[in-house]
Amino acid sequence: MANFYHSVRLDESLCKGCINCIKRCPTQAIRVRNGKAVITSEFCIDCGECIRICQHHAKLPTYDSVDIMKNYKHTVALPAPALYGQFNNLTDVRVVLTALKIMGFDDVFEVSGAAELVSEISRDYVMKHTEHWPIISTACPVIVRLIRVRFPNLITHMLPVLPPVEVAARLARKKAMAETGLPAEDIGILFISPCPAKTTFAKAPLCTDKSEILLGPMKQAALAPEDLSISGRIGIGWGSTGGEAGGLLSDSYLAADGMENVIRVLEDLEDEKFHDLQFIELNACSGGCVGGVLTVENPYIAQAKLKRLHKYEVVARSHLDATPVEKPFWKNRLEYEPVFKLGESLLENINKINLVEELCARFPGLDCGSCGAPTCKALAEDIVRGKASENDCIHILREYLKEIISPFSMLDKDLNQGESDQ
Amino acid sequence: MSDQTGSAGVVLKYTVSPDDFTRAGEASSKVKNILKQMGISPDVIRKVSIAMYEGEINMVIHAHGGEITVTITPQEVLMELKDVGPGIEDVEKAMKAGYSTAPEQVRALGFGAGMGLPNMQGCTDEMKVETELGVGTTITMSVHMEDK
Repeated sequence: MANFYHSVRLDESLCKGCINCIKRCPTQAIRVRNGKAVITSEFCIDCGECIRICQHHAKLPTYDSVDIMKNYKHTVALPAPALYGQFNNLTDVRVVLTALKIMGFDDVFEVSGAAELVSEISRDYVMKHTEHWPIISTACPVIVRLIRVRFPNLITHMLPVLPPVEVAARLARKKAMAETGLPAEDIGILFISPCPAKTTFAKAPLCTDKSEILLGPMKQAALAPEDLSISGRIGIGWGSTGGEAGGLLSDSYLAADGMENVIRVLEDLEDEKFHDLQFIELNACSGGCVGGVLTVENPYIAQAKLKRLHKYEVVARSHLDATPVEKPFWKNRLEYEPVFKLGESLLENINKINLVEELCARFPGLDCGSCGAPTCKALAEDIVRGKASENDCIHILREYLKEIISPFSMLDKDLNQGESDQ
Repeated sequence: MSDQTGSAGVVLKYTVSPDDFTRAGEASSKVKNILKQMGISPDVIRKVSIAMYEGEINMVIHAHGGEITVTITPQEVLMELKDVGPGIEDVEKAMKAGYSTAPEQVRALGFGAGMGLPNMQGCTDEMKVETELGVGTTITMSVHMEDK
């Protein structure tokens, strides 16, 4: 199985084995086994819902600590536009950019600037490829991973352009090498990420080779601003839902966010229920990137803040003619990974599906989660995959125990009768 | 159409509720997910989903619901859509793109473009329409599995 690295990890000591994350996972990738949550790597799409829902804070995102800066001679910070929406009383993004330099970065390269270039490239691609309408955005790594395992018929619709963070990393590295003369290994390109999915993208990117990003968590600082901004309304707008689609300057688009909504849109798209749409923007997190799991501000408040920040800005500051991007398209095709397949051959699958239906009919259908699986059907599938047994269902187990005990309880009754007869 | 009642086959049955547009498409959605779990080719999945969805919607719009039986064998996916609705008056006309007998309130909901039956025929390898006015309609369709 190719490339299933993930950036969600479990602190076992805090995990209580409750059913919250198993119920919430959109791909039913989690099970509770031996009292601890376990993620099935092939099913996980890094959406971070389990991190969001865990009340015991046992689910954690992985990222590099800021100390990683020390490994490099020259460091460049790549702030995501979502960062700007995290601060109170911020009226100028240059304050944030300057603060990053004061924190210790040698330079700053706005991801929103790269986003404006990606918007330009996308506009052109959408116009040229009407045969693939509606075209689906691929900036959110969760969406790419979701389509890869669940929606094979939509792969041709995907926008095969590198996401803004990757374009920013490449441009930043090129700029840094030209300015300092240092070799690539001495330059640290650090992405300040709103979510763990982008962490996964940096460590294990799909459709391209090694990524050029490293990562750091969101932090705060406020000081005198240098003029480091290379983006305008379009770029900053990318931080919330509707921003990417807005950058295409077209009317016939749809923008959806939140896992449940995204899945609904993809299912309908697969059934060819949408007509006359050119572009579909999808974000795993409600509100868009400002709603990422690693952010601190309420996503809707952050959205409002972003709007205020770019209200008087120019439409865009970065343009392809001034800043050309070499090879911004995906290097490799996205391959369908049928991870949810029960068996290998069609005959085997026919038997397995029949078995699943049979088992489901025996289960009480409560989806209680006590067996460690999110639904009765999921338990049936686990059994057919050889990963669980019928007696994991506490209701089946209870019936079984009743059967075992009942001869003894009859004997018990006889004994009592004997006594009272005397 | 294959007469094999399947020494090896999956048989799925669904009831389509009358006039319930919010649930129209539930059966085709369930079948789609089962086909994905069977690792069946995306193209076959696409054809079955569209054909079934269009058939299901027709049953809600015109026939006050009915019964759908899907049989999956190593050779094909067979769909039987059976209703006790009014029947189709002119099958030849109904099969033409753009022709629709959907009532006004249904068109107001966005349905009734007249592409249902033509789409079903276009997506499937075999299709049979049996109808009797005042009795009902049975549509049988087959999508063949791809040769490996």
